[in-house]
Amino acid sequence: MLAFAVRRIAVSLPILLISTFIVFMLASLSGNPLSGLLTRNPPPPPETIALEAQRLRLDHPVLERYWMWLTGLFRGDFGPSVQSNLDIGAEVAGRFLITMRLIAVAMILALVLAVVIGVISAVKQYSKTDYAATFLGFLFLAMPAFWLAILLKQAGIDFNNAVDEQIIYTIGDSSVPLPQGFGAQVADIAGHMVLPTISLALISYAAWSRYQRSAMLEVMNTDYVRLARAKGLSRRRVMIKHALRNALIPLTTVTALDLASIISGAVLTETVFQWRGMGDLLLNAIRTDDVYVVMAWLLITATVVIVFNLLADLLYAVLDPRIRYA
Amino acid sequence: MPETPVTAPAEPGTRARDREFTVAERSQFQLVLRRFMQHRLAVGSLVVLVLLVLLAYVGGALWQYDFGEFTPDKSDAPSLAHPFGTDAAGKDQFAQVLRGTQISLQIAVLVALFSTVVGTVWGAVAGYFGGATDTILMRISDLVLTLPLLAVAAMLAHNFGGSWWLISVVIAGLYWAYVSRVARGVVLSLREKEFVEAAKALGASDARIIFRHLVPNALGSIIVNATVLVAIAILLETSLSYLGFGVRPPDTSLGILVSEAQTALTTRPWLFYFPGLFIILIALTINFIGDGLRDALDPQQTKVRA
Repeated sequence: MLAFAVRRIAVSLPILLISTFIVFMLASLSGNPLSGLLTRNPPPPPETIALEAQRLRLDHPVLERYWMWLTGLFRGDFGPSVQSNLDIGAEVAGRFLITMRLIAVAMILALVLAVVIGVISAVKQYSKTDYAATFLGFLFLAMPAFWLAILLKQAGIDFNNAVDEQIIYTIGDSSVPLPQGFGAQVADIAGHMVLPTISLALISYAAWSRYQRSAMLEVMNTDYVRLARAKGLSRRRVMIKHALRNALIPLTTVTALDLASIISGAVLTETVFQWRGMGDLLLNAIRTDDVYVVMAWLLITATVVIVFNLLADLLYAVLDPRIRYA
Repeated sequence: MPETPVTAPAEPGTRARDREFTVAERSQFQLVLRRFMQHRLAVGSLVVLVLLVLLAYVGGALWQYDFGEFTPDKSDAPSLAHPFGTDAAGKDQFAQVLRGTQISLQIAVLVALFSTVVGTVWGAVAGYFGGATDTILMRISDLVLTLPLLAVAAMLAHNFGGSWWLISVVIAGLYWAYVSRVARGVVLSLREKEFVEAAKALGASDARIIFRHLVPNALGSIIVNATVLVAIAILLETSLSYLGFGVRPPDTSLGILVSEAQTALTTRPWLFYFPGLFIILIALTINFIGDGLRDALDPQQTKVRA
């Protein structure tokens, strides 16, 4: 298993390298990081512009800039930002935790929803519950992430107005400044998380519950499930112990593959709820042609995706003992 | 196997199997059509989608207000004069939503067309030749697949975008790789079939085998895949426009309309609900049509999929 993990990581590294190269080229060649400075009014003196160009390494050819960025990473240097006093590494570290707690909780919520609804739909195939679940699933699949998030945000505001107290927070990832005391801080952060996690989870669960439903139906038609029933095991026990365990395997892969789109969904959710997370960082960086911040975002999210896919493969072996990574 | 060519090489413009098996082939198409027509939800969706297209183009052209036109009525609730109300500047929301729908549909069609054609050829060539060709072509499409879609699309659209067709090119430039995977998968299984061997024995060129024998047979899976892509492309475009990287004013899109209306949700809810409803309606109907097509093309799947 360890050898498998090491080999998988070794295969991922060149892919990561080439995809950072492509994005670096796209970002460097399509935008001008000096555009913010050049359009400033009154125009700054040419010396300032030249100095800034030098600081942003624009006096080097683009291939050399990529090399400087890559070698800099090993020293923990993410490169210069358009904002002259921004330490990209420190900035990303703080924001990474904010975004990851959104993504992690939303994914767990979505998985639970998907498994429960998928299994119920499959067990009660063609029932009213099944049709309702199918329709809801399709509805959430067709719903833009930001539209649903805005709707939930409004519902939160209405709720607060109705009870005349700020219970659910609709803006920001935490209060500024944070309240005193550990318990109060946890409560504050949790209050801010409720709506964003629900909206992100609802967008993701829909497709997964469809997968879970069809996987469950497939397993329910197999001989070993029929055998277990014939031997007199209770239906509930067969469904949970025998069918569900095997029906979870396809979902693991799908979840891992969908992680990239959840990260995109989180960018939109963060925008609606005005979180200062990775999404906000990325969008600002794109607006200001801040190449190195975009690269830092890419590097972090790509690493998360790679690690997560690896975990999914390892989990596969846990769920299905027949799979061995020798 | 109705595909097995038995007769001499085809005359230009016709397929050898067309003459020998005319009846069988037409009934195959009819079978698919009949199965699709039985899928009530899919047929209903098709009707709704066609009505939406007509409303957007014919209705948009006939409607008394233009999407950029300022009317004297400001912040009006929906009424007979303004079915979807007006915004604070006095623009008629009905005209704006119709324009946004046009943009969304145009982007969807262009993305589907471009990524399907490029992806199909790419995947079919990779699957048919195999070996080094396959490895190189598929590694390239793998790389495109690893790029974070929203980030790269936003970056490119920010620097090159603004008009609807440039946005389409950016989105399609990232989507063709998905199609190429599907096309390759289907072609890999088809190339071992007897009718390909027969075509080879009859001296058909590689290009002919790919485009006359493999691609038409793979088209079913590819079309089903394309419908899913269309729905995702519409959602991606509206997201980009919502974030300010997509279609730019003075033109409008459903994403821009939602973004402009989000602060006015309590005071003028009609500005928010109508564009969102249209996005959902388009994506929903396309998904149902795709589902119906999947069931019609692969009847065995109905057992699993409801």
